[in-house]
Amino acid sequence: MSGGMGLLTVFVLAVFVGFEVVSKVSTTLHTPLMSGANAIHGVILVGSILVTGAAEGAVEITLGLIAVVLATVNMVGGFVVTDRMLEMFKGKKR
Amino acid sequence: MSKQTWVDLAYLVAASCFVLALKGLSSPKSARNGNLIGAAGAIIAVLTVLISADLHHLPLILAAIAVGSVAAVPAARRVPMTAMPQLVALFNGVGGGAAAIVAFLELKNTGGGFPLIASLFTVIVGSISFSGSVVTFLKLQELITTRPVVIPLHPVLFVGSLVGAVALSVVCFAKGGAVDAATYAAIGVAVLALVAGVLFVLPVGGADVPIVISLLNAFTGLTVAASGYVLDNVLLLIAGTLVGASGTILTRLMATAMGRPITSTLFGALRGGSTAGATTVGADRPVRSASPDDVAILLAYARKVIVVPGYGLAVAQAQHTVRELADLLAARDVELLYGIHPVAGRMPGHMNVLLAEANVPYEQLKEMDEVNPQFATTDVVLVIGANDVVNPAARQPGTPISGMPILDVDQAQNVIFLKRSMRPGFAGIDNELLYQANTTLLFGDAKDSLTKVVSALKNL
Repeated sequence: MSGGMGLLTVFVLAVFVGFEVVSKVSTTLHTPLMSGANAIHGVILVGSILVTGAAEGAVEITLGLIAVVLATVNMVGGFVVTDRMLEMFKGKKR
Repeated sequence: MSKQTWVDLAYLVAASCFVLALKGLSSPKSARNGNLIGAAGAIIAVLTVLISADLHHLPLILAAIAVGSVAAVPAARRVPMTAMPQLVALFNGVGGGAAAIVAFLELKNTGGGFPLIASLFTVIVGSISFSGSVVTFLKLQELITTRPVVIPLHPVLFVGSLVGAVALSVVCFAKGGAVDAATYAAIGVAVLALVAGVLFVLPVGGADVPIVISLLNAFTGLTVAASGYVLDNVLLLIAGTLVGASGTILTRLMATAMGRPITSTLFGALRGGSTAGATTVGADRPVRSASPDDVAILLAYARKVIVVPGYGLAVAQAQHTVRELADLLAARDVELLYGIHPVAGRMPGHMNVLLAEANVPYEQLKEMDEVNPQFATTDVVLVIGANDVVNPAARQPGTPISGMPILDVDQAQNVIFLKRSMRPGFAGIDNELLYQANTTLLFGDAKDSLTKVVSALKNL
């Protein structure tokens, strides 16, 4: 689906989903949830790859590659650190 | 099936993974799987774009991904759990930075109109998120002061930098985002937004920094959503919007736990009343201190003990010693609970992570609402490295922490404070509780003190 109206529809529905899924979360999980959400927006890596793949000239390519590195750090680091946090909760819920 | 169709399908799968990830992260049982599902979605998304898109410079891109992974994984694996909040802040900041760069590079391709506006929005908000996150990192790492910093004319400069960024955006928009003139304007937009981000976070007090991280997290989500719109990529739009929406809710939940509206958290110092901490020095007032042996005796003959852990416990790495103490007391049939304040530690839920690391049974951890009625029937409360979350000053108006719900520790028979010094807590205000008649202080590093108490307890 593309085009302005389609994207707007997707946007509005995603807002509701985002509100809904986290509306009743205990304080215990606030930190891992924040960290997990943080990792998800690392998907800007997809955007960084697309833009770099179309870049022309040294300046653009360099900027694009910096974006790729930064986005990778966000995504990979985000998921790894969240997993480490959650690792500690395991085995305590008999 | 055309190529575009299966690309769209792969993105749909990835987007579904992200929704399931957030859903999973909202409950302790499914949290870890939730995170892994999210990671799977991210991998699907990246593989899809690498395989399907017509990319130049592919080797360079793959190298950049390798560099990013090599930098991120050891940092995420090795960071001490106490330093985790600042790492999350940093990860968030670089994401915002990446979004800003993507938008900047897209300016000339948007062809004006709404996509150009969305790009400029992303340049501004992404830059704010980047520089703001760097400042929160510096604050939490204590490389700069954790106290609110207000420079002369702070509000004017802050608003000025924002207005300047928007004004230059209008210039850029008028030039249609084309090269040269518009590019220079866009560089100006980015620089001013970076300045605004720094000025935005500087006046926030140390205790409130987690709320700002959460807010900046939501900001970055919005920039990713806007990038999705610009690049006509539904996955980015959905993922960014999910994070923006859930981050907003999370920020509000955290602010509620602190008992203050979000606006006073963010701008309080500019009006002279956040955790600015007009330090009331009470150094000369008498306090009662005791030896580890006294504390051991008090604990050994108590019926019910509540441990209130704070950031000091984490810094001293005393979680494991607390566990040892708890086991000894359990052997003596002493009922022991942990009273966890929502913002104990440096982030909401941070303390639960630290105690879980020390294998403290989950069911002994009591949230504030659950534990507060129990203090009146408690013999001994052991406050380990916590301060602001038990400070009765929160009940009176006019203090930096006024209105924040606290643990009603003062209702217990005896209160034992393990403290390094008489220094006030993170919020920078003196604690009346320290001078109360039923309060005893045990000075020293939390871990040393606890080890001494444990060995005294063994000899009883």
